[in-house]
Amino acid sequence: MSDIELSINGKSVRRAVEDHQLLVSFLREDLGLTGTHVGCDTTQCGACVVSVDGDTVKSCTMLAVQAHGKAVTTIEGVSNGVTLHAVQDAFHRHHALQCGYCTAGLVITAIDLIEREGSRLTRETVAHALKGNLCRCTGYQNIITAILDAAGCLSAPEQVA
Amino acid sequence: MTIAKPALRIEDRRFLTGQGRYVDDIALPRQCHAAMVLSPHAHADIVSIDTSEAEAMPGVLAVLTGHDVAADGLGSVPPFFMPELWGGPPGYATMRPLLVMDRVRFVGERVAMVIAETADQARSAADAVMVDYAERPAVVDAQAALDPKAPVLWEDCPTGNRSVTLKFGDAEQTAKAFEAAHVVVQRRFVSGRVAPFSLEPRGCIGDYNAGEDHYTLHTSSQDPHGFRRILASLVLNIPEASLRVISPDVGGGFGLKAHMHPEDGLVLWASRRVGRPVKWIATRSEAMQTDTQGRGQTAHAEMALDAAGRILGLRVRAYHNLGAYFWGTATPPLFFSMQLLPGTYVIPAVNLETNAVFTNIAPLSVYRGAGRPEAAFVIERLMDEAASTLRLDPREIRARNYVSPEQMPYANGAGLTYDSGDFPRLANECAELADWDGFAARRVASERAGRLRGRSITSYIEVAGVMNERMEIRFDPSGTLTILAGTHSHGQGHATVFSQLVSEWLSIDMKDIRYVQGDTDKVLIGRGTFAARSSMLGGTALRKAADDLILKASKMAAVLLKVEESDIEFADGLFRTRNSNQTISLKEVARFFYLPAGPVMRFSLGLYGEGTSAGKPGAQPNFPNGCQVCEVEVTPETGEIHIDRFICVDDVGRALNPMICEGQIHGGCAQGIGQALCEEMVYDESGQLTTGSLMDYCLPRAEHMPFIQSKLIEIPSATNVLGVKGIGESGTIGTPAAIVNAILDAVRPLGVTDLQMPVTAGRLWDAIHSAASQRDEMKGRQS
Repeated sequence: MSDIELSINGKSVRRAVEDHQLLVSFLREDLGLTGTHVGCDTTQCGACVVSVDGDTVKSCTMLAVQAHGKAVTTIEGVSNGVTLHAVQDAFHRHHALQCGYCTAGLVITAIDLIEREGSRLTRETVAHALKGNLCRCTGYQNIITAILDAAGCLSAPEQVA
Repeated sequence: MTIAKPALRIEDRRFLTGQGRYVDDIALPRQCHAAMVLSPHAHADIVSIDTSEAEAMPGVLAVLTGHDVAADGLGSVPPFFMPELWGGPPGYATMRPLLVMDRVRFVGERVAMVIAETADQARSAADAVMVDYAERPAVVDAQAALDPKAPVLWEDCPTGNRSVTLKFGDAEQTAKAFEAAHVVVQRRFVSGRVAPFSLEPRGCIGDYNAGEDHYTLHTSSQDPHGFRRILASLVLNIPEASLRVISPDVGGGFGLKAHMHPEDGLVLWASRRVGRPVKWIATRSEAMQTDTQGRGQTAHAEMALDAAGRILGLRVRAYHNLGAYFWGTATPPLFFSMQLLPGTYVIPAVNLETNAVFTNIAPLSVYRGAGRPEAAFVIERLMDEAASTLRLDPREIRARNYVSPEQMPYANGAGLTYDSGDFPRLANECAELADWDGFAARRVASERAGRLRGRSITSYIEVAGVMNERMEIRFDPSGTLTILAGTHSHGQGHATVFSQLVSEWLSIDMKDIRYVQGDTDKVLIGRGTFAARSSMLGGTALRKAADDLILKASKMAAVLLKVEESDIEFADGLFRTRNSNQTISLKEVARFFYLPAGPVMRFSLGLYGEGTSAGKPGAQPNFPNGCQVCEVEVTPETGEIHIDRFICVDDVGRALNPMICEGQIHGGCAQGIGQALCEEMVYDESGQLTTGSLMDYCLPRAEHMPFIQSKLIEIPSATNVLGVKGIGESGTIGTPAAIVNAILDAVRPLGVTDLQMPVTAGRLWDAIHSAASQRDEMKGRQS
């Protein structure tokens, strides 16, 4: 067991964790933050993506002890609980979610992507950036549209050329 | 007015903010954890099981085997239903125990279960359960399993490894059609096994309450009442009232969760054994091995045509790979893959047959489309082969064969009667949207860039609306209401769509409507959601529930307005007397149903309405249909495939929420593209799964997807009061054929005449190169 101290969604948390415990299980089981999901256990689906010190991280691939001293943001901390974050709102307006299981990871990934790339995003670059996030319901089209909209990159209605 | 509007989803907020509640998000007090011991062999006898080491490990509460299952008298599980229920011949139905005792028949078969304090402890102990196996030879291919020398899975099956054969059409008439043919095209088509792959793995929590002798199951399910029926009456042998099944938020179903799995029964039983709630959540690799799969059909198909390209007959002999058991809802794909083979075309004579065959791989069941994509693949691939042989434009040969709107209702010769549809119109609209006539110029441009361009135009037809359904609407005293749905949304947006309907019919604000589903204690009965059934069957039942509620309320309104009931009308949320301006709102009338005294004494306490609907078999289903145009570019040096455009024109009947319809189309197309280009569950000759993780099984990524241009055409269905047609499966049905036909069109000039799915870059490169070497060989012989 190790003692860790970290910031979770802006609040300081201090806990003892098993050395082999994954960050995702610490978030879900120890802290009850179940908005972060597990879809594959093998770092491929992206349902477990959280933000650690501003970087997107698959929390099924990071140990809880590695998050010691860091600032973690989960889907529960993305908005203030009253007003949706612009990315969440765009997902809502563009029907970018169906079953909702992949949504947390995609929203966190999208926020990071927009912070990094801002207004330079295109359908192609967003699709490329979503390589690590799997969605089985939406076919990604509305997700990409929502991200472009939140980034202010949505052009006039897209048509086949 | 809310119907037909792209109303944004009311269920979104909880998912967007991390407040969804899936099975693994539920933690019950004192819960412990289960892990399964899976068979590593495809076919073997269990010689012995030694649980002693596992039992002694830290945290372990129990290690249970098939002998314990038998000793406790747990029932084995038959298929959800057999073809006989749908008018087919009797077949051999397997009875599957929750844990096998004597023999394993596929890799991933559940052999034992460990219960421990933590999931980690349970998994470690599961690894320590020592099972001694005596291996048997395995068979993984359906046709190979019909060889008299093949290993037999079920010795008491009178027809060897064949469970049942379904036949449709008229053999004699079809033989005559083939005799009269100007040309016959034939091919072997494989729709391989694919994984439904809900992103949320299967999971469940069993909770036995000894004080009440009552069970609760929290499970990721598309059909909680169906789970309850099997688990209570067949597995646990208890009244259905003694089992409550709760299906909370479900992270995708796609058919995988339409029927129970052994773990659902195991956690309930284990909870009674250990006296605590027992949770089991599949790891992804466990899901890959143990989940049911879809498709799994090989079809030998031939089509007879006259010189003008008109179809004279269709003959198909197919083999469905059932896997080790006839399990879950494996019956529908057998039927639909045959009955929809005529597609959108007039085919005067058909002779269709499929054989359902046992093999040593994971069980087959439904996966989005359930037989319809197999049918569309066969007929649409044959149409392109016929066009190529007759040197006809693929659009022209189809135009010569479409069932016309004037022929509706149209009996398709395979047991289905289409009620409505305008296939020529859809094809024309689709071609126009795709700039069909601009293709030649685009092909030249592609060629200049070193790429080959190909295109396809394909149609599909779907049959939607199986079984009956029930919906209920309950007012509460404050004038808000609750919909209790027998259907089950797991991404389809039912809370929004059903609220839109009720909001419009009763003039109640959307925000005043609450939606409840997925709990057998709250919902009297329901069939759940699969096979694109909910808009028609849920919607029709909901309409009847609204009518029932209005009828009950109008009696109270008549009393309150002091007129005869026959003098009352209902419109815009108000009861109005015919001959005066007196009105009273439905909300106000509802309030009177909850008063402790007064006029309510003459009526029931509380206001609710209930309605039921009926589907196939027994009542007419609906027939969603559509047309797709696809254009691809192929890089011949690498086999790389780029989908350049993908146009879908879908006849959805009346669109209740166009935004949600299009979302369903996008998702369905993605799964169709996955099957066409990258997804396949592959077993080696010994029955080992070689695609057991996302490293080997390719789920479509965002980069695989084209921009789908979708147009909805609303030709009302004649079979239901709402005029709706299903939309849940549409995208998956036509897409594989659309993609493969377009790729073939691109590479046909290189001599490639056939491609099997998934058409990976490697597979296409191989096909291009073997065609080239065949050409060189021919040239060599000639010179």
